[in-house]
Amino acid sequence: MSVTTRRTRLAAASLAAITAIGGLAACGNDDKPAAGEKPAKLVVDTFGEFGYEELVKQYEKDTGIKVELRKTAQLAEYRPKLVRYLATGKGAADVTALEEGILNEFKPNARNWADLNPLVADHSKEYLPWKWELGKAPDGRLIGLPTDVGSLAVCYRKDLFQAAGLPTERDQVSALWPDWKGFHDAGLKYKQGSGGKAFIDSITAVSNGVMFQGNGDLFYDKEDNIIADTSPAVKNAWDTATSMADISAKAQTWSPEWSGGFKQGTFAATFCPSWMLGIVSENSGAANKGKWDVASVPGGGGNWGGSWLAVPAQSKYPKEAAKLAEYLTNAKSQVEAFKAKGPLPTNLEALKNEAFIGYTNEYFSNAPTGKIFGESVAKIQPTHLGPKHQAVKENALEPALRAFESGQADKAKAWEQFTKDAKTQGAF
Amino acid sequence: MSLSATTAPPSPAAPPSPDVSSRRNRGRLLNRLDVKYSPYLYIAPFFLIFGAFGLYPMVRTAWMSLHDWDMIGDHSFIGFDNYTRLFSDEYFWNALVNTFGIFALSTIPQLLLALFLANLLNRTFLRAKTFFRMAIFMPNVVSVAAVAIVFGMLFQREFGLFNWLLGLVGVDPVDWDGQRWSSWFAISSMVNWRWTGYNTLILLAGMQAIPKDLYEAAAIDGASPWRQFWQITLPMLKPTFIFVVILSTIGGMQLFTEPLLFANGNILGGSQREFQTLAMYMYEMGIVNLNSAGYGAAVAWAIFMIIVLVSLFNFLLVRRSAK
Repeated sequence: MSVTTRRTRLAAASLAAITAIGGLAACGNDDKPAAGEKPAKLVVDTFGEFGYEELVKQYEKDTGIKVELRKTAQLAEYRPKLVRYLATGKGAADVTALEEGILNEFKPNARNWADLNPLVADHSKEYLPWKWELGKAPDGRLIGLPTDVGSLAVCYRKDLFQAAGLPTERDQVSALWPDWKGFHDAGLKYKQGSGGKAFIDSITAVSNGVMFQGNGDLFYDKEDNIIADTSPAVKNAWDTATSMADISAKAQTWSPEWSGGFKQGTFAATFCPSWMLGIVSENSGAANKGKWDVASVPGGGGNWGGSWLAVPAQSKYPKEAAKLAEYLTNAKSQVEAFKAKGPLPTNLEALKNEAFIGYTNEYFSNAPTGKIFGESVAKIQPTHLGPKHQAVKENALEPALRAFESGQADKAKAWEQFTKDAKTQGAF
Repeated sequence: MSLSATTAPPSPAAPPSPDVSSRRNRGRLLNRLDVKYSPYLYIAPFFLIFGAFGLYPMVRTAWMSLHDWDMIGDHSFIGFDNYTRLFSDEYFWNALVNTFGIFALSTIPQLLLALFLANLLNRTFLRAKTFFRMAIFMPNVVSVAAVAIVFGMLFQREFGLFNWLLGLVGVDPVDWDGQRWSSWFAISSMVNWRWTGYNTLILLAGMQAIPKDLYEAAAIDGASPWRQFWQITLPMLKPTFIFVVILSTIGGMQLFTEPLLFANGNILGGSQREFQTLAMYMYEMGIVNLNSAGYGAAVAWAIFMIIVLVSLFNFLLVRRSAK
């Protein structure tokens, strides 16, 4: 046997071995359970804090089905895991929490998700109508049942406001800014009274707040064509945000400058969806307890985040999983979850619940957060979000705003950067 | 065959018996098979693992790069479109420039410093040699994430140590991640801190392999230590140097964790992509954007080709200059 043929044979053999390994990995387990069979266990995937620990225990007791709760701390770690489950067709939980940005991104490939319409009773009248509609895919299938919503408020430091000569009572503070102009004026006044200190954390936080105030379509029109460069709502958010550069601490949300800024008092106000309250108190520390308070947001309403519960098509027990999702999102469960970890209810009945409305937050000077956020929920305007809304916002709009804020680009150049990037980021 | 007969140990089936010859034949056959094939068996584990985790992903990536591939949806064959798109993609070239910029800023000073340190550690008069050699390697043992987080804090705009030091001498605070030069500098300093010691040790090992009598002969002839370094140490160090340069090239072209953590986990690498490296761009296109996985695969192959080219170039350059 000549050397060359031996080599080719060896190569062929190893290639065969490799394909065999690949083939093994490709062989799925197709053991579908018989119809109507009751599952021994259901798995629930959530990120951050959904407050489902006690609810799940109750469900186990009621149905005899074991529920495994898999929690992931950060959304940034949660998303790649989920993508892997979907791309490989295995590993996904039976009930999966989908954040707004992820949900929109997954909608064009809706067949990865079970249609909940035939699996659960009709709940369409029980939730905030726009929130319910967002849970539907373009092909009409119902992907997600609403969990919470990120309705906005303003968190502000009473002690810093007082030192700068601004009012400190939450009603008076809210009265300072009926609109964004008033907010900017209050910021300038604070800057003057505090010896030039910044008022808000960043201008991207402002654009976040303005975008959802019902000025029409944002980055996409109703047919999902990208209109980022011509949309009046986006232009309005852009102009409002850029006008705030002179009162901004230029601290990018989630950066060390930002989280450190809470303790150092580098800014006196920030925009708070209710899930942000825990983060504000964590970053500010026990020493600043009672110094923060919550006021209403300029222009009324606003939305940042919020989630749905969905059932992946790969789940072996879609029917039972849908029932569990239905249970976790009903009025009673949403109030319990709010009391446990703070996600704001979207169920209309839960929003009227006494325990919810009467809730006060000790860290934030006993602010009636249930009432404040409950009222602001009603003001949220339904907004159509396109498939890659999140990508356009995070990778086109916000970088351009930051470039302007830090002085790297003037307004025209930053706008040019945004519109160009929006086209590439928004393509799908 | 005669070779195998002489080197093979006596077979245990050797004692004489009625069917001696057939047994002897079988023993011989086993022997022959052993000598011929067992080396392949010994190296097989590596190749199997390499095949599953090295070759297969590469082939698969190449396959993906020829498609318009949605991570969680459909894919269709588009030939070399992804590669032609690379050439007109502004952000790909931007990432390429950033990668080479950071690579130059980190590798060149790093190797010079490593050479200097290795030469110092190689001196016979140095006390506590082992201690210094251990100490210089310590940064490499620290996890890269820890390094990036600590350096990220040092380079902070508001409360960072470096801006505080600059303030002491009256320099305005620098927005480290807001400009190209400052972000490149910050990221290179992380790389340098981590890898200088590693390269020092490899160069030191190379230096110690140089025969002592060469230096003795040179000293007798009156050559100064400086001259000895240039005329003996450097030329003799050539193979080690090529190794170190190619290793740094591969690492530098794949730079990912440091710039990613410096940007607080933002894959864009700064608001105007000032320090987005090729590996980050690949991740953005292939993993973060669900519908451009095929294009991300093309970027991955582009990185591979660039590493091959640059390594080849380095190899030729170092070989020629050391002649």
